[in-house]
Amino acid sequence: MSGAVWGLIGVVVLILAAATAAGQALSRQTDLGLNTGAVTAFNARVRAAWVSCCLLAGAFVFSPWVTVTLFGFISFWALREFITLTPTRLGDHRALFWTFFLFTPLQYVLVAQDQFGLYSVLIPVYAFLFIPARVAVAGDSKRFLERIAKIQSGLLICVYCLSFAPALLYLNIEEDPQSKWRNAGLLLFFIIMVQIADALQYVIGRVYGRHAIAPNINASRTWEGFLGGSGCAALVGMSLWWATPFNPLQAAGMSLLISVMAAAGGLTMSAIKRDRGVKDYGTLVEGHGGVLDRIDSICFAAPVFYHITRLLLTP
Amino acid sequence: MRTSSPAMPDSNQSRPLSLITENLLVLVAKFFSGSSARWIDCQPDTTQRVYFANHTSHLDAIIVWSALPRPVRMLTRPVAAKDYWDKGWVRSYLAKVFNALLIDRREIKVHQSPIDLMLREIGDTYSLIVFPEGSRNTKNEIQEFKSGLYYLSKKRPELELVPVYIENLNRVLPRGEFLPVPLLSCINFGPPMWLEQGEPKAEFLERARAAVCRLKDVQE
Repeated sequence: MSGAVWGLIGVVVLILAAATAAGQALSRQTDLGLNTGAVTAFNARVRAAWVSCCLLAGAFVFSPWVTVTLFGFISFWALREFITLTPTRLGDHRALFWTFFLFTPLQYVLVAQDQFGLYSVLIPVYAFLFIPARVAVAGDSKRFLERIAKIQSGLLICVYCLSFAPALLYLNIEEDPQSKWRNAGLLLFFIIMVQIADALQYVIGRVYGRHAIAPNINASRTWEGFLGGSGCAALVGMSLWWATPFNPLQAAGMSLLISVMAAAGGLTMSAIKRDRGVKDYGTLVEGHGGVLDRIDSICFAAPVFYHITRLLLTP
Repeated sequence: MRTSSPAMPDSNQSRPLSLITENLLVLVAKFFSGSSARWIDCQPDTTQRVYFANHTSHLDAIIVWSALPRPVRMLTRPVAAKDYWDKGWVRSYLAKVFNALLIDRREIKVHQSPIDLMLREIGDTYSLIVFPEGSRNTKNEIQEFKSGLYYLSKKRPELELVPVYIENLNRVLPRGEFLPVPLLSCINFGPPMWLEQGEPKAEFLERARAAVCRLKDVQE
């Protein structure tokens, strides 16, 4: 494994260790007048980050296939959380079956086969057209457009968008003998930057936040947090450029992009949750919300990050 | 009526193949239903109980059974329709694995009432999973309960009656479909109840139905 990837992993372990230590210290301080709920939530997030990092690191050690499969299962679970929350009708049943058991696995098989020409159109073209046709055949026209739009959105967000994260592993970056590990570094950089951007926006919003972006949707996302967090994320990204195929300026720009998309993803998924009247998507791990709550920012950032990287770096 | 020697169904422990299928079945059932069991004012226990649940899907019996912890599951027999679970070798094998107590819905003989059959089969060891609505409901509301639950507790008033609400399973495998869609379902177990001394049938059945309905609105 190349030095850059090890370096990134070292950075992650350092950050997480610092966060764990800070969380433990905060939970012992009772006289600072801190919100204990916020501290508990912070500690839960740090624990979740440890778990996801271990999973990712394990996947890297084996082969790209393992990483793709891991993301495939995450997509599958996120999609079931999404559809569970969405009211569907009996007429959607068969379309949903194919959504879960054909399009979702096929997308990831195509990603693992590096068939960019196929997996980039499978869901936006074939599934997009198949779903309304199959629902129409079932013959239930009640709230038709609304129902198909919900299934399509779920498939696009949870499966299509997320699949571009492991697709980074197959991106053909110039002529580089160490390409494989550079790609692993690229994916790692992407995931780390999404997490850092999320954390920075949350913390800065918490401390300096005055003006909520959309108070009716999510009161904790503020303009101050968004702008400050994105700026800081760009600086952090720039300081990690040595682990990526980018130059420092590109690394800063990509980090800014990731931060903006992460905020967009978080806010969009909050809007859906708010509409359905729930706080979290699932109950997979006690107190951690659902899988979808953890990956909403990744889902939005992955396809854009992939696309821009492809434009910048591939011949 | 209590029989001294209950008819023991095939013991799964003795056959390794069944043990494998049993664990596999539980895994598959949990995967497809994504079910999380919630115990509300009630703890899993091996005392003799009758779990009664709303009936929305063919999978109900398997899912509720799989949601129980293994020691409880080993001693619990879901009551299922013979005409469905007898068809084909896959279904009848599965029914054997999850230890189903098959009841013939069509031929109910006078001297062989299903209630007597159930009581004879469970003896003083096994618990039951029953669906007092009789048939799967198509609408979202819970139908009137059939009287079986009443006669069951009249003959064995000491059995704990545990209400169970199954959420979302009708979307996993709706009526008339054979391919499941793996949505996340939820199984709520409620506080045990008993038949009160001299409680009229209609009142008891309504009380039992209300106990299941109450579990519907439980939020975490």
